[in-house]
Order: sequence, then C-alpha cells, then structure tokens
Amino acid sequence: MSNAGTAAAERAVADAHRREWAFVLAATARVAGDLDVAEECVQDAYLAALDAWARDGVPHKPGAWLTATAKRKALDVLRREKVFRSKMPLLVEPAEEEAVADPDEDAVPDDRLRLVFTCCHPALAREAQVALTLRLVCGVSTGDIARAFLVPETTMAARVTRAKKKIAAARIPYRVPEAAELPERLDAVLTVIHLLYTTGHTAPSGADLVRADLVDRALHLTRMLLALMPDEPEVRGLLALLLLTDARRATRTDVKGRLLVLAEQDRSAWDRAAISEGNRLVVGAFRTGRVGRYALQAAIASLHAVAPSYAATDWPQVVRLYDELLKRWPSPVVALNRAVAVSMAHGPEAALDEVEALARDGRLAGYHYLPAIRADLLRRLGRQREAADAYRAALGLVDNDAEREFLTARLAEAINSGSGHSSEGWTTRPGAW
Amino acid sequence: MAQYAVLIYSPAPADPMEITPDYLALLERYPAQVEELGGKIVTGFALQPSTTATAIRGDLVTDGPFIEAKEVVAGFFILEAPDLDVALKIAKLNPATIDGGVEVRPLFVPPSE
Repeated sequence: MSNAGTAAAERAVADAHRREWAFVLAATARVAGDLDVAEECVQDAYLAALDAWARDGVPHKPGAWLTATAKRKALDVLRREKVFRSKMPLLVEPAEEEAVADPDEDAVPDDRLRLVFTCCHPALAREAQVALTLRLVCGVSTGDIARAFLVPETTMAARVTRAKKKIAAARIPYRVPEAAELPERLDAVLTVIHLLYTTGHTAPSGADLVRADLVDRALHLTRMLLALMPDEPEVRGLLALLLLTDARRATRTDVKGRLLVLAEQDRSAWDRAAISEGNRLVVGAFRTGRVGRYALQAAIASLHAVAPSYAATDWPQVVRLYDELLKRWPSPVVALNRAVAVSMAHGPEAALDEVEALARDGRLAGYHYLPAIRADLLRRLGRQREAADAYRAALGLVDNDAEREFLTARLAEAINSGSGHSSEGWTTRPGAW
Repeated sequence: MAQYAVLIYSPAPADPMEITPDYLALLERYPAQVEELGGKIVTGFALQPSTTATAIRGDLVTDGPFIEAKEVVAGFFILEAPDLDVALKIAKLNPATIDGGVEVRPLFVPPSE
C-alpha cells in the first residue's frame, strides 16, 4: 500500500465525511430502523473506507460506496440480533426489501430530510435537537459539539444518548411531516440551524475555531435543506439571512480582536458574492408572497448590505420591515432592534421612549443589549451621566470578551466627555446582524 | 403499533362528578376521533377526586396526592398508535387539554433477548 494511496484515501474519506455523512446515515437509518445502530454502521463504513480506498483506489461515487457498505453492515447487525421486525420495527418501511436488494442505488434524497425532521422533532428539547442535528446530520463528534456549546463532554454525550433513547422508546417517526404540520415543523428545523449559526457567529472570530466551524455547518445545512425543499420561501429566507450576515464576518473585529459595530465596519471588505447571492434569495422569497420571519430578517440584512454607509442606509424602509417582522414574530428582541432603526430614521429621542417601554416590560431583563442600546441613545442625546450608568448595567450582563471590551471603551468615553462633546459613534449592533 | 399511557391532568380536585355537559359531549365524541386518526384505546380509567387520595413516602402516610399541584391526575388511558406523531395528534384532541393537559408516555417493554 503506497503512502500516496493512503494519503489520497485519507483525503477522500475526510471529504466524504464532511459532504456525505448525512446522506449515508439517513439511508442507513432507514434500513437499520434504529439511529444508534445506523450511526455505528456508518462509522464502521468510514473506517473500512480508509483501508479499502488506499488498497483499491477511491471509488467513482464515494457516497454510494459508503452507503452500500453501511447498509450491508446494518443488515448484518439486524440478522445477527434477529430483531429485524420484532424489536425495532419503527423505522423500517414495508418497501424496504426492494431497496436492500439493490444497495448501489442512490438513496432517496428525502432520507436526509427525514433525518433532519426527526432530529428536530418537537418532542425533543431544543438543546437536544441542536446536539442531535450536529451529531447525526453533520457527523460532528460529541466532543466537538460539547466544546462549541461550552459544556463538559460527558454532559453532551448524556444529552445525545437521552435524545436517541427517546426517539426509539417513544417512537418518534422517521419521516417528513405532512403538509398540514410542515410550517410549524420546518420552523423548528430553521430555528435549530439559526441557533447553530448564531452560536458560532457570536464568538469572537479566531478565538475559537470549533465555533467558526459551526457557522460553516449551519450554511452547509441550509444549502442542503434548500436543495431538498426548493419551494419553501423560509428556507430561502434563512439561507439569505445567513449569507448576508456572514458576508460581514471578516470585518466584525479589528486586528486586535476588538468588536466593530456595523457603522465602523469596512464595507469594501464585505463579501460581495455572498451579498449578491443573499439578495437574489431575498427577492425570490418575497416573490412567493409568503414571507416569514427569516425572509424579513434577510430583507433587513440586505438593506444594510447594499447601503453605501451606516448613515445612508434606507432606515425608514428598515423600520417598515421591522413592523412586518413584529406582526409575525412579536418578540421583545425584535422590538429592541426596531428601536435602533427608529433612532436612525426618527432620532434617538423617539427610540428612547420605546426602549424605556421595553425595559419596563421586563422580559428582556438580563439581555445586555437592552442597557447597551439605551446607553447609546442617551449618549447621542448628550446625557452622558445616564449613559455611563447604562453602560455599567450592560457590562454587568455581558459574557463575551470582545463585547465587554467595546462597552468598557464606551463607558470610559461617556465618563470623560462629560455633557458636551459627543463623538461620532454609532449604536451597538444587537442580535445577529 | 406502540403503546402509550396518556395521563390526564385537570385542575384539582378533578372530580369526575363535576364535569360539565359540554366536556361530557366532547368526551363522548373522543373514541370515534381516536379511531379515525388511526389509534385505539386499549383501556382507560377515570379517578375519584384527588381529595380521596392518600400518599405514602417512605413510611410517612399523608392525606392528598403524592405531589401537591394545581393540576392533578384525573385519569389515564392506554393508547395504541403507530408512532408518536399519531399519538400526539390524538392526545391534542383530548378535552382535558382545554383547562388542564395530558402527558404521553410510552409503555415500557422489557428488551427481548
């Protein structure tokens, strides 16, 4: 076995792991009737590929090779345990024998959709949905998932095991929901993917590579979902939102890792290709006439992406889009983001009233962007002493180093500038955009 | 088919003699709806009000249900359904969900060797 052959096999296996894991596991799960068995067989198949591909060369269709191998292993396990129909009939479908007879056939693409919808089933807690999606759909190791979500590996392993046990014990079905349930169920899937993205995105860039990987996983998952469900405007909306947000990834921090707010970012360094793809997707989603919260957020991100500067952004249009978004998604976080847009369209005074109302509402207690935005509005109104108090309140709640540094700098500015001078600064960037 | 226990929770004390004619009408329609959705009620029971319950914890005997709560178990039934999605669809239609709620719990089947 040559070294070159081994290296090529390793590269091909790593590539197939990233691109075809979901495909291979989803098809194997349909045969195995059990996610645990399927996962083990798929892992074995990848392991077997290392040797076989180094020896015989990389096959023409690596995904099909892996699927066939994993399915064969699953059938062996089932025969050996003699549990084919008695113990775990839940995932096995009547038509299965045919598919098994021809293990080289390309798996039905819907298998991956089934897998996604099973992982994001409403009977599972959100954190379990997120962990299962990463583990089963993306093939990320439990250790890496634990590191991304800052929990001990044993905690994450227990979470994944518990969720898989529930799927088997409660018979959570392995299928794409019917049309009537689809909007609600799809929303859960999109929420999970968006959560993956924001978890990766909020981390200061470069500080944690595992977290940067989450951003790529989320983008990859959304692209896969869009390929499988091309007619769903909200899938298009989510992909647009992620692309338009991610187009700014390189400009969110300066060379020292300091957080740069939207107004400070170098717009010439934004990823133009991602922006134009995002814009096209937004237009496509709006053309369907069935826009939801992701398409609306993407439309807002799109207005930012095409604006020549922060000040020259079409703020009145941003406010109108937030009005629509609030109708579909009456969340106080959305209302807070809307207030920022109001401050740019109609001045900080008008926005401050809305932020004060949100503070009285109490649902955002503990959310550091609320005092941070309040501080910024007060600063722009020249009320530096109150601004300083609000920056202190925000600092008491923030847990991200880059954001803490930003707020500390603003606090020092507010203390030093007294009541007169107000520097040319801009509001902090709340939420994911 | 899988089997689930559907535990019915109603505002305490959940007295079956106090149920309203409206609730009773919904309850009468229920078995037909269950069947229509592809499930089957294997067996079911309503319980006397929680004021009649006696709880034992360790060797301490106390009057009332095991856990003090605003809602108490009012009854339960065993449901046969092809999968959790069907079981949940059936559970959602139970009139107890109007002022209380239900819990769907798979029955334990000892692993076969």
